Amino acid sequence: MKKLLSVSLIGLAVAAASSAQARDYDHVRIGVDVPYVPMEYRTPEGELTGFDIELGNALCDEIGVTCEWIEQEWDGIIPGLLARNYDAVMSSMTINDERRQQVLFSEPYITMPSAWFAPASLGIDEANEETLDGLTIGVQRGTLQDNYVTDNFGSVADISRYSTADDMVLDLDAERLDIVFLDYPIGQATLIESEDGDYTQIGEQITEPKEYFGDGFGIAFRQRDEALAERFNEALATLKENGTFEEIHSRYFGE
Amino acid sequence: MVDVNAWLNDLLAGNKIFTPATMAHYWEGLVTTTQLVFVSLIIGLVLAVPLAIMRSSKRKWISLPVYAYTYVFRGTPLLIQLYIIYYGVVFFDGIQESFLWPIFREAFYPALIAFTLNTAAYTTEIFRGAIKATSKGEIEAARAYGMSESLLMRRIVIPSAFRRALPAYGNEVIFMLHASAIASVVTLMDLTGAARYVYSRFYTPFEPFLFVALIYLCLTFAILFFFRFLEKRLLAHLPSQSA
Amino acid sequence: MLDLQGYGPRLIEGAGVTVQLAVLSLLLAVFLGLLTAIAKMSRHWFLHRIATLYTTVIRGVPDLVLMLLLFYGGQIGVNAISDMLYDHFDIDIYFSFDAFAAGVLTIGFIFGAYMGETFRGAFMAVDNGQIEAGKAYGMSSVLVFRRIRFPQMMRHALPGLSNNWMVLLKTTALVSVIGLTDMVRVAAEASRATHEPFVFLVPVAVAYLLIASVTEWIFAWLQKRYNVGYGE
Repeated sequence: MKKLLSVSLIGLAVAAASSAQARDYDHVRIGVDVPYVPMEYRTPEGELTGFDIELGNALCDEIGVTCEWIEQEWDGIIPGLLARNYDAVMSSMTINDERRQQVLFSEPYITMPSAWFAPASLGIDEANEETLDGLTIGVQRGTLQDNYVTDNFGSVADISRYSTADDMVLDLDAERLDIVFLDYPIGQATLIESEDGDYTQIGEQITEPKEYFGDGFGIAFRQRDEALAERFNEALATLKENGTFEEIHSRYFGE
Repeated sequence: MVDVNAWLNDLLAGNKIFTPATMAHYWEGLVTTTQLVFVSLIIGLVLAVPLAIMRSSKRKWISLPVYAYTYVFRGTPLLIQLYIIYYGVVFFDGIQESFLWPIFREAFYPALIAFTLNTAAYTTEIFRGAIKATSKGEIEAARAYGMSESLLMRRIVIPSAFRRALPAYGNEVIFMLHASAIASVVTLMDLTGAARYVYSRFYTPFEPFLFVALIYLCLTFAILFFFRFLEKRLLAHLPSQSA
Repeated sequence: MLDLQGYGPRLIEGAGVTVQLAVLSLLLAVFLGLLTAIAKMSRHWFLHRIATLYTTVIRGVPDLVLMLLLFYGGQIGVNAISDMLYDHFDIDIYFSFDAFAAGVLTIGFIFGAYMGETFRGAFMAVDNGQIEAGKAYGMSSVLVFRRIRFPQMMRHALPGLSNNWMVLLKTTALVSVIGLTDMVRVAAEASRATHEPFVFLVPVAVAYLLIASVTEWIFAWLQKRYNVGYGE
């Protein structure tokens, strides 16, 4: 019993120590929050896929490093990066000033607006302080949508914060939520194109003010890893030139 | 009121994390946690007394169903129970149209139901143990006086079982307070939920989690002292036991 | 038959994670618990204080809050040390705990406090006369510990140990909240994706009952072994 104990404790220590490593990267660990259809999600068999995943893998191939995807809940994704649980974040993260203070961003690789989605029966065609009064709004905790809604409509509406976008959609289906505010393509994929429920987009796609909605999605690195960010930027430029980016993009978003 | 606000603003100036806005979140969280724990404990206690009596019954068809209930609720994680009740109720056809929907729509009530059923299961077993430990002599004496079974229960067994159950029940109250932290998983802004919100907004784990940990610690001590006090008052006549 | 819609293998994998996590955390908790109990009984005031602080604080704060704090904060603490090494001594190494190791360390650390109390009570229940008898036979205190105090302590500790284990097992479900893929997380993910919570959550609940029942049986067997010579 005691021997077993000491053996397993040593084993644990070794397992922890084995991941000690130096700071030059030939292996990059990328943090990602799943599911976030179609950007990043798992198939029922457990295979990780989505726009970010495919683009990320293509970038790693181009740079010549091996990549490992590490799942992390969204609300801990930046602390996890700073804590070095992984070396980069590629998870539909919008570049904005608040985040720039914490992390270093690559060039934006895609621009995605946010949008309001609700059941068609809600019967409003614009989201503002008047129409949202007394409604329950769903957002993903710690997202720019959360910050925007909290600061602008926190006083008139109830805000429910979710760990994952799927939770939110489930509660919208269940009629626990009246309306949700999320990244436009996520709403398209999980609500508008889904079979159950009759959902509609409320108002225009939203990209302003920049203070919240930033400058498109970027890959986040730790501030000190400028060299690594530069390698990703170069690879991104190459993929955009040689058509690989276009090919992946069209597979997920058409056109 | 204005003065308090000004004072708070002064106190919190130059600090990003403890602002009046986040303080309001913590306060809301404390209120939610307290309501959730207090109400579920009260209802759980009311349910547990008859259940414990049934559980102590010699008739199998009465005691077995209660045993099955406590076995399932004590043997599975509260998180699973919460998920099943929160997500599960939605899939009963027509619930959205029924009069129950206003209750299940809010995250508060599914959480309250899960917590209540959970604490009732634990409390039932605590009471059953206390009932079982009633001294034979007391029961025989009561029978010799010609008390009926129900009178015996009401006058002798239950009151003394209550007192014997007190220390274990105090632990259950603390356990429930701690278990309530998972309410944040179903969008409730309880204390832990408030900390998670502040954490996700300011990207720093230490301040919010240490702060709410401190609040929980204070609540735990308050409960602990309250039960010590009760025990002293109610168990004073008993010979001191090494419990 | 139950249609798990392709999630079956991942659920079983998740169950494996749950079991490994629970068993490794238990071992760590028992180890920390023994240390704590010994420290609590020691006459050295500092050891005593530290152990008391540990058991009081840990048992006064919810598991989930501790887990969030240790899981997210612990790595930052470790990094501060490795950054210091890097900045001052130019030693460039760092440790990163993956989610599983962090889970084991966190749960083990939390339950070490509960085990400490269990073991302390059990040590105190060992008849002092026996310890004195051992010493009178010329046994060293280490030998007294190994031959007399430890085995007899285990007899008293087993019920509490078994109780702590059951709580620990259920606590492992919380790692799903901080992102470790145990069976609860797979089930929650599957119920969201398919909108069929019962199909996935109920089997997971049953799995917990099964694990609990099997281990209850093992503890009963251990109890019997340690009770040899005492009858019932």
